[in-house]
Amino acid sequence: MDYAYLAAGLGAGLTIFGGALGIGKLAAAAMEASGRQPEAAGAIRTSMIIAAALIEGISLFALVICFILAGK
Amino acid sequence: MIDSTTTNVIVDSLKSSQGESGSGWILHHVMDGNYLDFTPFFKIYLPQFQLFGLDISITRHVIFMWLGAALLFFVMTRVAKAYKKSFVPKGFTNFWELFIIFVRDEIARPTIGKGYEKFLPYLLTAFFFILFGNFLGLIPFSATFTSNIAVTATMAVFSFLFIQYGGMKSNGVFGYFRGLIPHGVPIFLVPIMIVVEFLGLLAKPFALAIRLFANMTAGHIVVYALISLIFVMQSAYWAGLAIPMALFIYVLEILVALLQAYIFTILSSLFIGMAVHQDH
Repeated sequence: MDYAYLAAGLGAGLTIFGGALGIGKLAAAAMEASGRQPEAAGAIRTSMIIAAALIEGISLFALVICFILAGK
Repeated sequence: MIDSTTTNVIVDSLKSSQGESGSGWILHHVMDGNYLDFTPFFKIYLPQFQLFGLDISITRHVIFMWLGAALLFFVMTRVAKAYKKSFVPKGFTNFWELFIIFVRDEIARPTIGKGYEKFLPYLLTAFFFILFGNFLGLIPFSATFTSNIAVTATMAVFSFLFIQYGGMKSNGVFGYFRGLIPHGVPIFLVPIMIVVEFLGLLAKPFALAIRLFANMTAGHIVVYALISLIFVMQSAYWAGLAIPMALFIYVLEILVALLQAYIFTILSSLFIGMAVHQDH
């Protein structure tokens, strides 16, 4: 039996779960820090975007593997 | 009037054109191809040729890369000529100055610090090339050349070369590699740190390439998958749900296009800054 599609779907779902959790916590910390010190909001926003892109990059590694699995 | 017969005909033609799997047509549209696809009107077949056994045929992504490069060249030479006349821009030049000042003041100067001017041409080129590529992919009937792993890998190789060049120019060839290992590390950890830092040197540009490629490819695949919902459900009334969802993802794609150009440029300049000023 061919489980490649199931594996690709499960893999993508789990990866997105982990990535969204990480970026959600990151955004929560950024919001709280901006609320405490509104003058630093610009610098906090820049660092948040960079960190979010790095986390998303990792989850996209797994997504590429799911593409390869689904293409088989 | 679209009725169930029309959707059935389209579904059957899609299923028969991609024999192995029903969803093969999504990948067929997102990946590179040997013809410019203007179906249902016409297809333009592009020349294919080989050189020393390597396949260098002209494909869709090549055509759109040329288009992006030509667009970049004409826009930027016009902006540069306008600066010769006066330092106060108006109109067309004013619009592009927004982005150029953004790259200089928010990306290059904070991350590289002193000596950022040497790397500014490369950072500006990378930013605008990726920006134009991502936006060109949003036009209907076009192709996104930044969703090609070969293009993003080449851009990551250029970033890697600039990082090494910047690091070796400022710290000397041997001093750069010595500076990779952080200060105050116990002596028995140094062999491990050498391996880890070396792999880190290679992993960072690799991540740059994969991030851009996967973001662009995944966005387009989601739009195609949402529209294909109409054909999977084999009823034209699903368009009432599928088209607004696809439109929402399409607008998100515009944001992602801007964001990915910014992320590639700022991560490249961050790595260049870390290589040039190794003592923070």
